[in-house]
Amino acid sequence: MKYLSSLKNKPEFDVIVVGAGPSGVSAAITLAQADKKVLLIERGDYPGSKNMYGGVMYSHAINEIFPNFLDEAPIERIIRKHNYSVMLENESSNICYSGNIKNDKNISFTALRSKFDKWCIEQAQKKGVIYAPRTLVKNLIVKDNFVVGVKTEIEEIYAPITIIADGVNSLLSKEIGLREDIEPKDVAISVKEVYKLNQNTINERFNLLSDDDGAMIECLGYPFNEILGLSFVYTNKDSIAIGVGISLDELTKTSLRPYDYLDLFKNHPNIKPLIKDGELIEYSAHLIPEGGYKKIPELFTNGAMVVGDAAMLVNNVNFEGTNLALISGHLAAKTAIIALDCNDSSKNTLKLYQKFIKESFIYQDLKSFKDIMNYVKKRKQSFLDFYPKELNLFLKTFVEANGIAKRKVYLNFILQFLKSRSIIELFKDFFTFVKIFLGVFIK
Amino acid sequence: MNENINLPIETRLYKTKIINDEKSHLIVDNEICAKCKNPLCTIVCPANVYKFQDETKKVIMVNYENCLECGACKICCKHIKWNYPEVRYGVNYKFG
Repeated sequence: MKYLSSLKNKPEFDVIVVGAGPSGVSAAITLAQADKKVLLIERGDYPGSKNMYGGVMYSHAINEIFPNFLDEAPIERIIRKHNYSVMLENESSNICYSGNIKNDKNISFTALRSKFDKWCIEQAQKKGVIYAPRTLVKNLIVKDNFVVGVKTEIEEIYAPITIIADGVNSLLSKEIGLREDIEPKDVAISVKEVYKLNQNTINERFNLLSDDDGAMIECLGYPFNEILGLSFVYTNKDSIAIGVGISLDELTKTSLRPYDYLDLFKNHPNIKPLIKDGELIEYSAHLIPEGGYKKIPELFTNGAMVVGDAAMLVNNVNFEGTNLALISGHLAAKTAIIALDCNDSSKNTLKLYQKFIKESFIYQDLKSFKDIMNYVKKRKQSFLDFYPKELNLFLKTFVEANGIAKRKVYLNFILQFLKSRSIIELFKDFFTFVKIFLGVFIK
Repeated sequence: MNENINLPIETRLYKTKIINDEKSHLIVDNEICAKCKNPLCTIVCPANVYKFQDETKKVIMVNYENCLECGACKICCKHIKWNYPEVRYGVNYKFG
């Protein structure tokens, strides 16, 4: 609070950014670099204190905002081993892309939000951003249909433009009618645990060459053979993050709690040895906006724009969120700079933000994948149960020697496959694949 | 130490730094709760904030001290008056 009261009598800000997560900080620093006066408000005690994510960030987006990040930012490990697993209770089929290319331009890496976000804020402050932590915006101030500032618990602050970066629960964008209530089907609940382990143990368990190399595992199937969910493991420097994301409407149909699924995942024979002897150091939970393309809210109104999770900008097919947040914050800031320079913060100018978003990968990816989750939910038994089982059964058949002629073994597999699936169901599955394919490639 | 693996949720929450306000930032209306046929709040909450007081399953107790501020309860039940904790209170993730 003291941060703000000291500023009380100074002239207003050009832009107020609410929320100091990736999208907010990206917007703030972009504005400061253009010599705009920016106030960045955060309700938490310190940057990242309220933030939680899976664990991987992508360099393409960070590079645009913080070109020096690779040398200076507190990153944990660069992902060298990308593992994908299709799991059953006691079986799994895995594929791993392992990349050890030197100076690879587009890397993904793990980072701890509290350390990384702190670094980002420090960079923003160096560029002139005024950072106000421990400040809760209660309402937006709206006058004559224009958002003209924010109301905190102690004062009103005015600026021609407000950037709403208050995260997935975005009470502010709802308050001014930019979006409707979120429904359970539009979000996933993610729970995560962090286990402390020694660096060498992590290197050995994940087959990594050095302390700077990392691994990720993303899993389909068990414990999510009946409801839609995915599981993940990411390596930090001396800890492992392990979690699940579960579609909230699916969760409401079961009697298990989110952490029950996490426990089932942790006890899978693939996963259990990875965290053996690890000490639990944090348990966390967060919502992931999964509404996708169809649930993108109104991105702007007179005097305000919505960015990041608050704007539901998450590509859940590729597990991407922080990069969409960073870029959307950047694009909103670019728009704000133009609006300030031409002295017009009305919808007329701010609609440019929507145009920028539409031209970017963000909108295009969300559009490509707009129906995938619906299709998967509709054909859930196929995608989460039947095909994972068949895949594992096929590989089991392939690796097994049982004294029966291979020709007969494979023939039996094919007969079994056709018996366990009616032709109609197979056609439906096939059409779902075709529809997904067309959805991605036909504009 | 792998008995660690299925710890009760209260023990896990003990690992997460949460600073508690004296009053709850989550308000339920027990008249509405008493009539609720599908108390989703007791299932979706990852921190067991919502619990029935007893077997009659009429009164919901709100253990707001456990709250991780995810918002899942608010999305599943429109009757919960959900707000962020006041500043200086609530969850403080060290790793996130």
